[in-house]
Amino acid sequence: MDKIKLDAWVGIFVAIGVVSLLGLAMKVGNLTSNDIRETYMVTANFENIGGLKPRAPVKGAGVVVGRVNSIVFDTEAYHAIVSIDIDKRYVFPKDTFANIYTAGLLGEQYIGLEAGGDEKNLEQGDRITQTQDAVVLEKLISQFLYSKASEEE
Amino acid sequence: MKTLLNFFEKIGNAFSSRALRLGAATRLFILILIYSADSFKRIHLTIREIYFTGVMSLIIIIVSAFFVGMVLGLQGYYTLQKYGSSEAIGVLVALALVRELGPVVTALLFAGRAGTAITAEIGLMKATEQLSAMEMMAVSPIARIIAPRFWAGVITMPILASIFSMVGVLGGYVVAVPVIGVDEGAFWSQMQANVDFRFDIINGVIKSVVFGIACTIIALFEGFDAPPTAEGVSRATTRTVVTSSLAILALDFVLTSFMISG
Repeated sequence: MDKIKLDAWVGIFVAIGVVSLLGLAMKVGNLTSNDIRETYMVTANFENIGGLKPRAPVKGAGVVVGRVNSIVFDTEAYHAIVSIDIDKRYVFPKDTFANIYTAGLLGEQYIGLEAGGDEKNLEQGDRITQTQDAVVLEKLISQFLYSKASEEE
Repeated sequence: MKTLLNFFEKIGNAFSSRALRLGAATRLFILILIYSADSFKRIHLTIREIYFTGVMSLIIIIVSAFFVGMVLGLQGYYTLQKYGSSEAIGVLVALALVRELGPVVTALLFAGRAGTAITAEIGLMKATEQLSAMEMMAVSPIARIIAPRFWAGVITMPILASIFSMVGVLGGYVVAVPVIGVDEGAFWSQMQANVDFRFDIINGVIKSVVFGIACTIIALFEGFDAPPTAEGVSRATTRTVVTSSLAILALDFVLTSFMISG
């Protein structure tokens, strides 16, 4: 087999490989949909984060606007400090409400942001003061049982 | 007493001969790295080997990937529809292929298709004293024969694995969307929402590069180390497949545990 034919075949082979990798990145992976690059970081304190994990989505009105960066435990106030990276394109007022929701009944947990009415917007390093904890199913059930029990007495 | 002594002697022998072979394989690996610069000066040697290991493996990779993807689609649908979440079939097929089956099955097929060919070729070259002849002419057989095959394997493996994953996803698509009737939009969008480029796709590529290094080193060493007889070469070829397969599966576990914890 002569050299040019060989080169051509190897070229085609490499090209198919590159196309497949690009296909995986664009069509199968999230390289196109997840173009959150420039972000600003805000923090939020929660009494209980439930099953929230780093890299969990942060949604505003259901649209992914950012990701959870890190979750640490504050040993002085005994609550969780969640750092959130929000896409620079999206601004939220200072009195935005942060809730921990669950996607579906058994799905992953995410942070939902509900915009408030403040004139000023959240900036790098700000803290979201109004938060609502994750719903812990055991707590709900026990509350329900206790209230049922007290009704019957 | 005598049998006991024999027993311990056998264990010691088995251990020391394996350690010796591992050391020799490592020496070969380092020699390959040293002579790589020499072999890159004649790049057409590497390209020739990419043709024989890569282009010639394309058919088997594409056909098996398509079938693996279709089987994953069928099996996934059968289980998922019990839970009423048959749209998640795209995620299942894509994650299984990109993370595990793509790199691993490609490496296993590569060991069988290309690794054996490398071992047999080099073993025969050694048996017919072509390698010694090269040395006599002051041509390093490592720069001329071994290193191009090594780099061809390392370059080829991730390309083949990417092709495998992509074709497998298409196979899953063919079963899920036109045949079973899963919604096309849900199929792709759920896949895109759950497959991460960095954590899933790049990790799969990293895996296949490691498998490529392991497979080709094993194949080259077995050929290089084979006794120069017909029986020796045939045994070396068998050992290539066995050792490569075990190495691939063991390495896969190690790499996966690193990637999942990290």
